[in-house]
Formats: sequence, C-alpha cells, structure tokens
Amino acid sequence: MIKNRKYYIPAIFIVVGIIFLIKLFSIQVMDSRYKLAAENNVINKVIEYPYRGLIYDRNNKIIVHNTPTYDIMVVPKEVQVGDTAKFCSLFDITREEFENKVAAAKKYSYIKQSLFFPQLSNREFASIQDKLIEYKGFYPVARTVRNYPDSVLANGLGYIGEVSKRQLERDTSNYYKSGDYIGISGMEAAYEKELRGKRGVKYKLVNVRGIEKGSFNDGRFDTASVPGNNLISSIDLDLQKYAEYLMKDKVGSIVAIEPSTGEVLALVSSPSYDPNQLSGRKYSSNFTQLNQDSLKPLFNRPIMATYRPGSVFKLVQSLIALQEGVITPATRVVCNRGIINCHGAHTNADLHDAIKFSCNPYFYSTFRRIINQGKDPKMNVDSRIGLKTWDEYLYKLGFGRKLGVDIPNEQKGLVPEPSYYNRYYGEGGWNFYTIYSLSIGEGELLTTPLQVANLAAILANRGYFIRPHLVKGIDTPDSYLKLDYNREDTGINPEHFNTVVNAMAEIVNGTARVAKVDDITICGKTGTVQNKNSYDHSAFMSFAPKENPKIALSVYVENAGWGGGVAAAISGLLIEKYIKGEVSENRAWVENYVMTKAYLKNL
Amino acid sequence: MSRQDSIWNRVDWLLITLFFVLVIFGWLNIYAVGYDAEQVQSIFSFDLNSGKQLIWIAGSVVLIIVIMIIDFRFFDSFAYYIYAGFIFMLILVLLFGTEIAGNKSWFVLGPMRLQPSEFTKFATALAVAKFFSTRNVRLDQFSGQIQSAWIVLLPIVLIVMQGDVGTAMVFLSFIFVYYREGLPTYYLIIGTSAIAIFILTLLIEPLYLTIAVVVLGVLLIAFFNKRKKYIVMVIAGVVGVIGVIGSVDYLISDVLKPHQQNRIKALINPDADPLGFGWNVTQSKIAIGSGGSFGKGFLEGTQTKFDFVPEQSTDFIFCTIGEEHGWMGSFILIILFLGLLLRILFIAERQKGNFARIYGYAVACIFFVHFGINIGMTIGLFPVAGIPLPFFSYGGSSLWSFTILLFVLIKLDAHRMQVLTR
Repeated sequence: MIKNRKYYIPAIFIVVGIIFLIKLFSIQVMDSRYKLAAENNVINKVIEYPYRGLIYDRNNKIIVHNTPTYDIMVVPKEVQVGDTAKFCSLFDITREEFENKVAAAKKYSYIKQSLFFPQLSNREFASIQDKLIEYKGFYPVARTVRNYPDSVLANGLGYIGEVSKRQLERDTSNYYKSGDYIGISGMEAAYEKELRGKRGVKYKLVNVRGIEKGSFNDGRFDTASVPGNNLISSIDLDLQKYAEYLMKDKVGSIVAIEPSTGEVLALVSSPSYDPNQLSGRKYSSNFTQLNQDSLKPLFNRPIMATYRPGSVFKLVQSLIALQEGVITPATRVVCNRGIINCHGAHTNADLHDAIKFSCNPYFYSTFRRIINQGKDPKMNVDSRIGLKTWDEYLYKLGFGRKLGVDIPNEQKGLVPEPSYYNRYYGEGGWNFYTIYSLSIGEGELLTTPLQVANLAAILANRGYFIRPHLVKGIDTPDSYLKLDYNREDTGINPEHFNTVVNAMAEIVNGTARVAKVDDITICGKTGTVQNKNSYDHSAFMSFAPKENPKIALSVYVENAGWGGGVAAAISGLLIEKYIKGEVSENRAWVENYVMTKAYLKNL
Repeated sequence: MSRQDSIWNRVDWLLITLFFVLVIFGWLNIYAVGYDAEQVQSIFSFDLNSGKQLIWIAGSVVLIIVIMIIDFRFFDSFAYYIYAGFIFMLILVLLFGTEIAGNKSWFVLGPMRLQPSEFTKFATALAVAKFFSTRNVRLDQFSGQIQSAWIVLLPIVLIVMQGDVGTAMVFLSFIFVYYREGLPTYYLIIGTSAIAIFILTLLIEPLYLTIAVVVLGVLLIAFFNKRKKYIVMVIAGVVGVIGVIGSVDYLISDVLKPHQQNRIKALINPDADPLGFGWNVTQSKIAIGSGGSFGKGFLEGTQTKFDFVPEQSTDFIFCTIGEEHGWMGSFILIILFLGLLLRILFIAERQKGNFARIYGYAVACIFFVHFGINIGMTIGLFPVAGIPLPFFSYGGSSLWSFTILLFVLIKLDAHRMQVLTR
C-alpha cells in the first residue's frame, strides 16, 4: 500500500504539468483577446492629419488656404501647475473650467494626451508660448484651420466641421473617425473626396508609463499623410470681390458665367458672412448666431432662392414662338392694354420693339399662339398640348430642373406642367385663359438666379450652354486634371437667337441706360419681380459683348424697385470691371448710385 | 583516487544537464527582460540583471564543487546542526533583518542581500530526512504525526512572522514527503477538500453552499446504510464543511492582509479591477497569451520589456518565456521541469539509505511546489505569491538554495553504493 505511493506522487506532478499545458494552450493558442490586449498596451496610434487641399481662383490667386493653429494637449499624470490662477489667465478660463478639462482628460487616460484647449492662433500661441514652459504636462500640437484671406464667396466655398454622428454611421467606406473634419456645404462638401487627402498613421511603441520606445515593426505599417488635391476654381477673385462690394447692404444674388465654358465667374449671395467666422475655435457660437440671423446669411441665394422670372421670360417666349413658327420677327401685335396692362410709348410693335419696350400684350398674344396652335378643336385639349410643347422647350432651356451645378442644395424652381393644373382645376378643367400669366413670366413660374444667368449664357452662345460649374480642374501633385462638363443644346435655331439678341442690345439705350458702357455692346433684359406686399425685386439679365461674349449675368436685388435700376447698374459695372479690368472715371457715379442704395437699411 | 573512482563518473549527468539547461535558459530570459533595442548592452554587462545573474551562476558552480568535495556523510551527520543553525538565523532575521517589500526576511551586508528562509528549505529537508531515517516514527498514528510535525511547523511559523506567506507555503510541500513516509491518505484528501471548499465559497454564495452540503448529508444518510458510525461520520463531515465555509469570510477579512485578500480576489475575478488588484494577473496573462503558438521571438517581447508585467525578472519570469517563445516554449519548459522532477523522484527511489531517499523526495516536492505556484500564478490558476521559479528567476539566494538542494542529492546519489541498508 505504502509502496504504491511512489507512483502517486509523480502522477500528481504530471497531472499539474498537463493542467498547465492545457491552460496555456487556451490562453496562447485558442484565445486571441490577449494578443489584441497586448497591442492595445504597447501600440500608440498617432494620426497624422493631412493638409486639406487649397482652392485657387481662375487666375491662380488663393481663395482658401490653411493656417497653423495650436491645440494644447494635456497629460494628466504630468500636470504640475503651481499657480492655477495665473495659468488660467493664459487661456482666459476659470478655475472651474480648468479643473473640468483636466478631469475629463483623466477620464480618457492618465498617460495619453487629450485635448485641453483647441486651436490657438499663431499670435495667441506666441503670446503664451514662453509662459507655458513653466507648467508641466502641457504640449502644443500643430494643426491647421481653413483661412480665407479675402473673406469672400462664403456660401460658394462652404465650410468644414467635425464629422457628425449621423455622417459617421452613413460612411460606408469607413474613412472617417470621430473628430475628423468634413466639408459640410459648398465646394468643401462637393469636392470633399479631392480636398481631404489621406490620413497618415504612425504606430509607436510605448511602455507602461506611456513613454515612446520607438516605432512598431520598424514602421512597416506606418503610412504618411497625403495632402488633399487643390481645386482650381472658375471664380474670378477680383470680380467676386467687386460684386460682393456692390451688393453691400442689399439682399439678393449675382451669378456671372463665362458662356463659352459654363464657368461661374462670380457667385454672390447677399447678405453673406465672413467665411473665417466658421473656421476655428469660435465655429459653433458663430454658426448658431448666423443660423438665427433673420436675413439668412447661410442661405445660398443664387442656387436656392426662387423668384418669378418676370419680363426676362419674354425672351424665352420669343425664342419658342419663333422656333414653333407661330410668329416671325415681323409679326406685329396691337398693344391692347385692355387685356393686360403695359408701359412705354408703343402701339403696334414688331418683335424687336416688343422686346425693347417689354410689351405685355405682345407676349400675351405670342404665348397664346404657342399654347393654342389648333391641334385639337377643343380649346382645353389644345391648351394642354400647347403647354406640353412649351414645357419641353423650357426644360431644354434649363428651367424647372436642376442644372447640376457642382455645389450642393441647388433648387429646381417650378415650371408648371399640365398635371400641375389638372390637380388644381380638375382634368382638362383649364385652358389658355387660366394660365396666361405665364406669358410675361408671372403666375406659377419660379426660377433661380442661376437658371436666369444660364439663360443669358444660352443667348450669348446663340443656342446652347455648358453645365455651370465653380471648379475648372483639380491640381494633383502629379498632374492637372481638367474637368469636363457636358454641353446641352436647346434645339432652337441660332438665327432666332440673333433676332432676340439684336433687340436686347438696344435695351441699354432704352430702359436700362444706366448699364451702358462705352465700347462694349451689352445685351440685356430687365425684369421686375412684382411682390404683393412689398417693394418689387429688381432683376437684370445680360451678357456682353454682343459678339464673342465673355460674360453672362443675372443680378437680383430684392425690394429694390424696377429692373432698369440698381440691378442693371450693377450688371453694367461688373461687365465693365470684368472686360476692361476697371470701372472708368466717368462711370463712378453709377457705382456711387449703387452704393447709396442701401436697401437693407430701409427694411 | 583512480579514474574509475572519480566522483564525476558516479554523478547523475542527466540531472546535471537538466540543471544547466534550465539555468542557461533562465539566464537568457533574464537578459531578454532587460533588453532595450535602442540601447543594446551585452548579456555580460554588469549593469544588467543578466550580468549579475552570471555572477550568481558562477557562485553556484563554486558551491557545486564544494558540495562534491565535502564528505557525503557530512549532510547526514550534521543535518540537525544545519537545521538548528538556520532556525537560529530565522530568529536573528526577525530581530535584526531589513524589511524589503513588506517582508522582514533579509540580511543586508553591503551590496549583498541574503534571505535565510531560502536556505531553510534545504536545512528542513535535511532535518526531515534525518528524523525519519533515524527514528522509527509511525506516521499512521497521531503521536507520530505530532512528533514529526514540528520540524516543518517551526520554520513555517517563523517565516510567516517575517510576513513572507509565499515562502512559508513552500514548506507545505513536505506533506508529500510525509505522505510518502506513511501519512494517512485522508490528510491529503481533507487538505485538498478544504482548499476546494474554500474556493467554492468564494465563487458561490456561502448560504447556498451550506444548504447544498446539508441536503447532500441528509441524502447520504437516507439512501445508504444506517449504521451509527456512518451517520456520525457524515454528520461530522457536514459540520466540518460548514465550519470551513464559515471560516472563509473570517480568514479573508481578518487573517489575510489587504494585499493578500486582493490576490485571492484577483484570482477569482481579475476583470473586476484590471488596473488595480487585477493588474498583475491581467498583464501577466496578456503577456503570455500574446505569445501565441510560437512566440514573438527572442528579445522581441513587448509586454515584459515595457514594464507592463511587474516583477518580471524574478517572480514573473515565466511571462517572458510565454511571450517570446509561445506555447512551444512553455511546453518545452514544462517538459524540462517535469523531467527534472521525475528524475529526482527516480533517483530518490533508487537510494538504499532512507536518509537519501527522504531527502530526494523533499527536494522534488520543494521544486514542485515552486514550479506549481509560480507558473500557476502567472496564468491565473493560483493567487499571486512571491515565490521564484527554480533556476529561472533572477536572484542569488534562490539560485544558490536550489543549487544546494539539487547537488546535495546528486552528491548523496553518487555515494549510494557506500550506504549500508538499514
């Protein structure tokens, strides 16, 4: 019995050895959690944020660039602040805020850096840099913020902000991490993928006290950050600045397009804001303030505001009627002011004069000829057929749809279709007499300033347009990538355009004399958007010069009276500025006239 | 002395080889712990633990030669004197020792630090061997148990008084020696059961456990024989178990020190406070677990190198093996240790004299308890106790004491033919 015990003892030893081997097998081979935990222990992932791409204007002037800022980071374990009050005064924070910030950092980690104070500007940082050395545990980390040297084009450029929770959830590519910046509106949002660049990652080994011990795997998994690509915008910075200057204290918008390319030369939404406000530390408080402003500075009027087009639409009616063959340039209509009111000294105008004098009865009649072409004996059915034809032309002319400009939130306006009236008046319960207001650009029609500027470009091109856009090309480190935008034809005969354009050329000698510029033939059309309860909006659509046009414009100034006034004046100034480079001395009075019209102050 | 008679021809070379393999494997690991890729120093540099360990190893070789030269009868004859000497040292260290890390178990002489309790294991092994080989003690009788128990209990009491529960625990290994010499089996069963119930109490609500034990007792009485003696035994057992359950709370909160309480809590649930009392066990398991099947490679470990595992060159040296050499390395290490233990038992059993046999068992059991507790604690199977892994852990006292333990056995074994059977 006792003899057997010499076998029991080694058996116990062997059993313990096997238990150890099984346990070791389970934690070393079967369970991968320990490997992850080990990596979390020693690998400190340091993100290298890329430089966001810059934005240049068409003449390679900088519109948006990055300026360095400094985030002050804190390592709670190392914090040694002798005089808290003195330290707090550096950052202009209270003792309580200081303690909260440090407590929040401790919650994250004792030994890793957390953000203590964000985005000190170069100057602010310089002023505290020397003093900061006296306090242990605080480290400056250089980052960049967007900076706008000329403070223009706020709504076109858009802004960037920290990526939201919802965006993170929707991001299927898993590119973004909490705390990243993302373009939120304008070009910043539309060209986010080009601008953002590629984040770099460095894996550093750290010991138990958080002290760096070299790179992980000799940096084999490290990636360098790649700066974002630069955008070459079509914007003419000088023109943009001047246009914004002219729109001071007015509500409205300006769109200037180079007709031959569809490039947007200037895009003004007024009132606007200084884009620098939405960059940097004061972002959220400034955003709240702008968002609550009753004049809606964040509302991008050129592509989002919709107005009834008014008299500008008479050009559209002319083109459609000529193409449909229901009138000729020689067609005369008696100015019967009994049907629809009119203005100016004319009685029996032909098309040329009708455009020149903006004769309402003429276009009433013209529109009727388009709508009721006698294709069906029943008036209501005939009207439906006519409206459908008319709608098709409007679509080709870029109305009632998004033009596809390369910034977000474009509105499509409204071109009523037969179904639209059917809904109001019942199936077939309407005819020409129901919809005649459309003839002079009133009624249900709604257009954006961009669509009207595009119409000016179509007229300038005598029949086609290129999709309007704000970005010409993308400048990558290796090459310049020119972006292609498709050309759309209206299907209207160029000769009909000549008829209309010839009439437009005389407007600056007539109703819009204020827009007249020496040596440049400006073709334009006034528009007056009538408002029921307030002052009319002043609108002017134009392009210049008549031959080989360089610029097409739409200008809207809200509650500023008739189109031949301030809108025409602004148009003339911008055309002169763009084509000649500056506004001549003898037209300084026009600028003066525009600048004294501070409509915003009268509201 | 003829060549045939040379001591080196009679020693057990397998055991000596195992010894050197373990010592060198351990030494390389001590270097790996202190290795800094950005500031590479030679393994022989005396700035590093590996360099210092080399001195201890050299000292061990000197000790080995001395042991081989001394007459083998010395250990038998002087067993009680050596034992008495170290018991005296344990008392001295209590009076004049220096407290390091909460334990008053060190003599500090200039740069040297000596831990008498390390060597007391050897002295106790000699004394136990001497005791059982010279007297006819009946371990199956209570009087015999009482007579022999004091040899082990005396150093245990003194070492616990120093505050070094871990080292004291090692002396419990002698229960296997006593068992081999005739201690009734139920001592082992009762001891193991008490530990099992203790752990169960920590895992399960004591009230439920008590109810379960009572129900089990009632069932045992109801369904098996109804003899009076049997019923009394079952009732005694149930009362005993309930006594253990009741004492757990008292033991943990009143007898154990807070850090010892935490070590037990960490064993039961290390995730409860991974940054506090669970830190050692959690980090130790992370280091070992991250080694995978084949490890990260020699000097490539990150967890042990960057100080995530505390006490890595001494008590937690096994983490480095687990991390850098993976499961394969751990397997080899455990096989080496099992080989060492089984070889010692084999040698013990082939002795003609009782002294050498009993001493051999004592050596095996001491090594086994060190091996079991040390590796057990690094992989979360045993509460953290500060006892070294034989031949691996950095430190002179432990290396020398293990060397003496082993080579005295080798010396005795070499002369086994000269011993007359009693």
